[in-house]
Amino acid sequence: MTSENALLSLQHARKSFGETQVLKDISLTVNQGEVLAIIGPSGGGKSTLLRCCTLLETLDGGELSFGDCVVTVDQGGQAIYQGKDALRRARTHFGLVFQNFNLFPHYTVMKNLTDAPVTVQKMPKAEAEAKARKLLARMGLEGKENMVPCELSGGQQQRVAIARALMLDPDVLFFDEPTSALDPELTKGVLKVIRDLAEEHMTMVIVTHEMKFARDVADHVIFMDGGVIVEQGPAADVIDNPQHDRTRAFLLSEE
Amino acid sequence: MMSLLGSGLVLTGQIFIVTLLGSLPLGVLIALGRMSKFKPLAWLMRAYISFMRGTPLMLQLMALMFGPYYLFGMQLGSDWKFWACDIGFILNYAAYFAEIYRSGIQSIPRGQYEAAEVLGYTKAQTFMRIVLPQVIKRILPAMGNEVITLVKDTSLAFVLGVMEMFTQAKAIAASQVSMLPYIIAAGIYWGFTILVEFILARIEKKLNYYHD
Repeated sequence: MTSENALLSLQHARKSFGETQVLKDISLTVNQGEVLAIIGPSGGGKSTLLRCCTLLETLDGGELSFGDCVVTVDQGGQAIYQGKDALRRARTHFGLVFQNFNLFPHYTVMKNLTDAPVTVQKMPKAEAEAKARKLLARMGLEGKENMVPCELSGGQQQRVAIARALMLDPDVLFFDEPTSALDPELTKGVLKVIRDLAEEHMTMVIVTHEMKFARDVADHVIFMDGGVIVEQGPAADVIDNPQHDRTRAFLLSEE
Repeated sequence: MMSLLGSGLVLTGQIFIVTLLGSLPLGVLIALGRMSKFKPLAWLMRAYISFMRGTPLMLQLMALMFGPYYLFGMQLGSDWKFWACDIGFILNYAAYFAEIYRSGIQSIPRGQYEAAEVLGYTKAQTFMRIVLPQVIKRILPAMGNEVITLVKDTSLAFVLGVMEMFTQAKAIAASQVSMLPYIIAAGIYWGFTILVEFILARIEKKLNYYHD
């Protein structure tokens, strides 16, 4: 993997909360059409890594860029953020699907999808609605346009959240444990949607506890623990044939 | 008698509506100032809220009525009492509303802000489109309490000689040596409150199309 024409490039990322170092020199790149799964125990730094990439947390050190949009440069080990404009531009490059969906409860499904394109990107309302209908159909949510999130199951809500993120045509779509709040039955539907996206070569970074899913869908897997990348490689290698004891122990405990 | 009370009721209603129109938006601004990361502003708003809640509304009204003359020698016409009355009520109620807004704003989960941020909403858009509508639903019962208190607090305008309903009732009671005007006034206040309760219930029902 080279950082040339990578959609996402993170180099030497460092992040501490107080005394605790949560990310210790993390580097990764994601290329067009690639699916990266990040696995590992809770508290290992996966979520913080994702939150730093999606600009919800600030890096202490390291370089982050989306294509040619540079978010931070590293100066003497310090991450220097490139101003509000760069952040705003960077946000047009990615979408994020949360563990708890975070749909807007007071908006209908349709408005959840169309409000950001219409208010933020000034997309004509009719165009946004047509696009939303197409996406909802792909998510198996036809006819739910006028419902509000609380009338939907968790799995349906998460699929709405995925559609909401896709409305803005992100280059990279991040998922933060997208099925952890769902029971196994509902998990299936959400995983199927993500699988379909992978088949359409959507570039994705997925933090997940679903090992079988990661193995099937991801091209590349990163195993993180204690703020470092312990092991990484092609999905099948890391999950079926882990080289490190920590990875092995973790995968055994997940079964 | 009824026509005098009726004209008083019109003024009472005016104070009530003007106070709400002024203090409901002002309260949002005070709440935002109170939560500002810019500490001097946060402290100033805190002091403001403390003062407004910590001194009698009646004294605040009198200070606005007579302060300009005693402090600055300003001669303000006989209309000033209406201004003093409206401004006093707005400034006082905005302080109470600000704290209710603050409770509502702080109850909105972080995830809502984060979702909006990732989708590219500006801070102002996030507040106006995502946060505030949810806040209103959450704080409606607490707001209702204050609004109903306001119905009866309008009677404090009597200290300024504003001829609202209570002042009228007092005048009639004195001239007729009768308790009846007070009893009728009490009934009208209650009726007013029942109307407010009805409207609040309607709004609550309207916002019931979703829950969190």
